[in-house]
Amino acid sequence: MEVKILSAKFDIEDAHKIEVAKQHGAYSTLDKVFSMQPEEVIEEVKKSGLRGRGGAGFPAGVKWGFLPKDTGKPVYLAVNSDESEPATFKDRYILVKDPHMMIEGIIICSYAIRSHETFIYIRGEYTSQVKALQAAVDEAYEAGYLGDKVDGHDFKLDVTVHRGAGAYVCGEETALLESVEGKKGQPRSKPPFPAVEGLYGCPTIINNVQSIASLPFILEKGADAYKAYGTEKSSGTHLFGISGHVEKPGMYELPLGVPLLEVIDKVAGGVWKGRKMKGVIPGGSSTPVLLPEEAKTVTLDYESMAEHKTMFGSGGIVVFDETVDIVELVKNLIDFYHHESCGQCTPCREGLGWMKKITAKILAGDGTLDDVNLLRELCDNIEMKTVCVLSAACTMPVRSYLDKFRHEFEAYVTTEGSSAEAK
Amino acid sequence: MSDRSQLISTGEPFQFDSERDAEFERLVKRYPTRESMILPSLWLIQEQEGWVSQEAMAYVADRIGTFATKIYEAATFYTMYHLHPMGENHICVCRTLSCWLRGKQDIVDYLKDEIGIKPGQISEDGKFSLEEVECLGHCGTAPVVQVNGEFHEEMDVDKLKSLLATLK
Ligand SMILES: Cc1cc2nc3c(=O)[nH]c(=O)nc-3n(C[C@H](O)[C@H](O)[C@H](O)COP(=O)(O)O)c2cc1C
Ligand code: SF4
Ligand code: FES
Repeated sequence: MEVKILSAKFDIEDAHKIEVAKQHGAYSTLDKVFSMQPEEVIEEVKKSGLRGRGGAGFPAGVKWGFLPKDTGKPVYLAVNSDESEPATFKDRYILVKDPHMMIEGIIICSYAIRSHETFIYIRGEYTSQVKALQAAVDEAYEAGYLGDKVDGHDFKLDVTVHRGAGAYVCGEETALLESVEGKKGQPRSKPPFPAVEGLYGCPTIINNVQSIASLPFILEKGADAYKAYGTEKSSGTHLFGISGHVEKPGMYELPLGVPLLEVIDKVAGGVWKGRKMKGVIPGGSSTPVLLPEEAKTVTLDYESMAEHKTMFGSGGIVVFDETVDIVELVKNLIDFYHHESCGQCTPCREGLGWMKKITAKILAGDGTLDDVNLLRELCDNIEMKTVCVLSAACTMPVRSYLDKFRHEFEAYVTTEGSSAEAK
Repeated sequence: MSDRSQLISTGEPFQFDSERDAEFERLVKRYPTRESMILPSLWLIQEQEGWVSQEAMAYVADRIGTFATKIYEAATFYTMYHLHPMGENHICVCRTLSCWLRGKQDIVDYLKDEIGIKPGQISEDGKFSLEEVECLGHCGTAPVVQVNGEFHEEMDVDKLKSLLATLK
């Protein structure tokens, strides 16, 4: 089931070094790219169907097309390497094992969107990864792939690595821009969208590391070769992270559209210790949970996820076994999102705090049925009433656990003192 | 890890050493505005001193040519900046979903017993500080511990014992 498109060089020794990477084809698409018009590059990426791999799945080429023309302002590219959504651990493989694939992608994207300056935003905790990335950027400068004349062509490109310092919310694209500008990471209201008014008030494209790293293959082999993988609407391959209670957790590159349960069984070795699966989170901790019964018909693509009322997200799959206490799991999740709220919207800052306290109360055995109902009600009242979707990243999954495992919450509460009927 | 509103003064003036000075000058050319140097400068301070003092923030504000409040704003928002000295060995244990599912609590409990401190504390001899942190992006090799920035994956109590032995 596994394929090697993005991970083609991951097993090659020293492929992170430019000399070795070049022996295996790195930077070889550039002559072709520079012989095309920028619009032709965008067209090819549109044709490939490449969708953003940062979580939202927005078509990359379409987003680039939103850039206003001839504003007289510089256009910036920001590469999102914040990778902080729980269960997501794919981009760092690219940064460490094949950073030149991403840098080549940056060159391709920059040429297409007529940008001469890129900021790569990398999460602060990635200590050795920051060094590896910076080393690769330095190598690319030395070899003439970055700087005043990219690969000898009349095209200037500077790439700067900007290190975050511990804030999940900076993965949200506008918080990321604030952070590059030196501010605290509080998301901006949209519109204006970054393509119109982004970094330093200029048109800006933000793309995930993996989206950018997919470009060399698409430009070298063509959109059709990319579309040969995946499904009609969800083309290509993805670096899936599988974690939790499986025998062989890890990062696996797979074409989109493969059956979820088959992946868990055949690729990840099945549920560990011969136990039964209680649930599976399909795309990072913010995506609604699936019961084993529901998971049977799910395939790993955007459409199938939507049909099952969940999301593809970042492709971080988490399996948990029958021994897991759902209320404790929910508490773990709420703690995360509450801790990471940037604090500017009251429903998020206070609401996630209430959710945290109510869940703790239920866990302590002091809750009532009213509390369970209130928790459910809060989910509806917080969502979509805030500047960014971090709050929804908490309420969407919590709602799914409340709806699918309600009996577990009820088992914690005494119905005494409760006025409400069980739902 | 602590009250992030408290700034600590050393009573001593601060300045970058020559290496950090050069790095500041190299980086400042990369950004269209000097304020973009706030996060990189806080990192430079922390690399040099291990933590970020009030004097260091004032120095950076001058150096960038901005208000000190802008530096405080960033320093207090981003949790990786230490606003007071930490233990010689700063141990971070991931507490989030996948690490929790794979037994992060055993790791935290063992460390609590062995070092005698709770998350958020520094040992009396200053050798260790312990912190529970959010997902470190290594969920496939959970549970994960970071010591002075270095990752240790697929941890269990036995591995932790050998790791601690190398730190003492
Ligand atoms: C709270 C929050 C956290 C996010 N974290 C990340 C992240 O760590 N990495 C990422 O690429 N996108 C993240 N995103 C999505 C970005 O806002 C943005 O959609 C993405 O970087 C666009 O790139 P893409 O189109 O290539 O996916 C996050 C969004 C939200 C709301
Ligand atoms: S929803 Fe939460 S994280 Fe997003 S802007 Fe509002 S307070 Fe900040
Ligand atoms: S949950 Fe611990 S590294 Fe992701």
